[in-house]
Amino acid sequence: MNQEQTLEIIPLETLLDRVRGMRAKGYRLVQIGATRLPEQVEMTYSFDLKNSLANLRFHVPAAEARIPSISSIYACSFLYENELHDLFNIQVEGMSVDFKGNFYKTAVKYPFGSTKAPAAQPATAASTPLPAGTAPVAGTPT
Amino acid sequence: MAYFEMCRLALKWALTKPPTSRYPFQPRKVIPGSRGQLVFTKDNCVYCTVCAKKCPTGALLVNRAEKKWAIDRLRCISCGYCVDLCPKDSLALSTSHGNAATSRTQEFH
Amino acid sequence: MARTVIPFGPQHPVLPEPIHLDLVVEDERVLEARPSIGFIHRGLEKLVEKKDYIEFTYIAERICGICSFIHGQTYCQAIEAIMNIAVPPRALYLRTVWGELSRIHSHLLWLGLMADAVGFESLFMHSWRVREQVLDIIEATTGGRVIFGSCKIGGVRRDIDAAGISDMLRKLETIEQEIRRITKVFINDSSIKSRLCGVGVLSREEAYDLGCVGPTLRGSGVAQDMRQLGYAAFADLQVEPITRTEGDSYSRCAVRCDELLQSIDLIRKAMSKIPAGEIEIKVTGNPSGEVTMRTEQPRGEVVYCVKANGTRNLQRFRVRTPTFANLPAVLKVLQGCELADVPVLVLTIDPCISCTER
Repeated sequence: MNQEQTLEIIPLETLLDRVRGMRAKGYRLVQIGATRLPEQVEMTYSFDLKNSLANLRFHVPAAEARIPSISSIYACSFLYENELHDLFNIQVEGMSVDFKGNFYKTAVKYPFGSTKAPAAQPATAASTPLPAGTAPVAGTPT
Repeated sequence: MAYFEMCRLALKWALTKPPTSRYPFQPRKVIPGSRGQLVFTKDNCVYCTVCAKKCPTGALLVNRAEKKWAIDRLRCISCGYCVDLCPKDSLALSTSHGNAATSRTQEFH
Repeated sequence: MARTVIPFGPQHPVLPEPIHLDLVVEDERVLEARPSIGFIHRGLEKLVEKKDYIEFTYIAERICGICSFIHGQTYCQAIEAIMNIAVPPRALYLRTVWGELSRIHSHLLWLGLMADAVGFESLFMHSWRVREQVLDIIEATTGGRVIFGSCKIGGVRRDIDAAGISDMLRKLETIEQEIRRITKVFINDSSIKSRLCGVGVLSREEAYDLGCVGPTLRGSGVAQDMRQLGYAAFADLQVEPITRTEGDSYSRCAVRCDELLQSIDLIRKAMSKIPAGEIEIKVTGNPSGEVTMRTEQPRGEVVYCVKANGTRNLQRFRVRTPTFANLPAVLKVLQGCELADVPVLVLTIDPCISCTER
């Protein structure tokens, strides 16, 4: 299996220049992802050219995250950036199409974004009480 | 010509038996190996609670002290994970899907 | 004439899943479309905090009902790459066969929906009648019609014996003949051509820049197919991406029709080469590390970013599904189209909104 991929950590200030460089070489945008670490958000931008994947990564502080939008370079990135805003509370400046927080309808605002321990989803709890000695029930939110 | 293709199909299915079956007047076609409802054999069970711990949806409740095994039928997804894990072969998946439930209660054995 | 805003969805006869588009219309011509999604957002990415990584296979499979097997397969492949597990070759071949069966049933479903969207209901019924035969094969080999439940970390859960293989190949011959009849209608019928040709044209550069994947990209001439990465048994089976150059809805339909026949061919090749042996390998311990895994779903390229930190629960599970990548293309082709073409254009990317919103 040839899932070759490169991962490069870049400083946030160079993001727009690096993305412009990717565009110039002919890469297409694959995804923009974020991972919530305890104090930071780890952002990963993935690009693909002829089946080889290049990842650019940087970290932003979780509380007041602001990143520039790349929708002037890649027009399709507005969907990813709206999703980042709605799930992680990351302010993206300069989005070409800005839904202002109304892209996803979630029960909890910014599910991955709160600085305390992740808020539990309002799960549909089991209606019957658990007898003693039973395994814990993890309710899936329906 | 595509027009003749559809005419031929229409004529064929007008003259042959329809592919659907007249359920419930005809019994349902049973495919062996299909994953249906979970079947519990009480005699083999030793109440080790492995099935309840590993159930992905939490549909099984096992009480070792009181020797009770319960299943919430509406939570069971018939994945068969408990069947693979049971050390005493007391669980199996039948091919029928069982009756419809009218309320969310647990079935105690 | 003043502009009207017509809401399309979330409930619409032509949509398989709920998506809402506000169409700004002037005199039967759509000026722009504003999407609003979130009707089927189930927060599956957050569920990694509650379910351990082995149980999560079942959740990954249920992200989508139509493309469910390849979701499960990609998840298992990602965890196996993190944990450096060597899956036995027989399991790889079985996964490939089930993945291609999943692709056949998904494309037949889409062909039926497209026929229904242009009003050709009898063709819709015939497509789904053929699909029922494919679902019977799937149920006989895996136990479930749509949610296969047969992929697990370290291999597959069920084997197909020699009798099952010959039975499957025999049924596939009938299915192939029926598929050839039905795709002949899709390609040649004049009413379908008048509804699909020239509608929703995406040039090659536009499709590439908008980030399209799958048949949407291949219908515009870019030969990109993630099966060329060589996952599962595709290292031994060469896949040539099927492309067309016109970039309109008709060419995307034609690409999917040809992929149906390509998938049947791949299943036959895989079944002739399948090695004997184990179907699973025991998995112990917890994963630690991260990987980005890409596979080819019926709708395009799916990207799984999985990050594990050595505990039972994964740290991060991110899915970028093909419909999410194709959505900007829909919004682009909807600008300037006729109102009557909106169902065709929304369906032409094969929208799977439950994948998009996990």
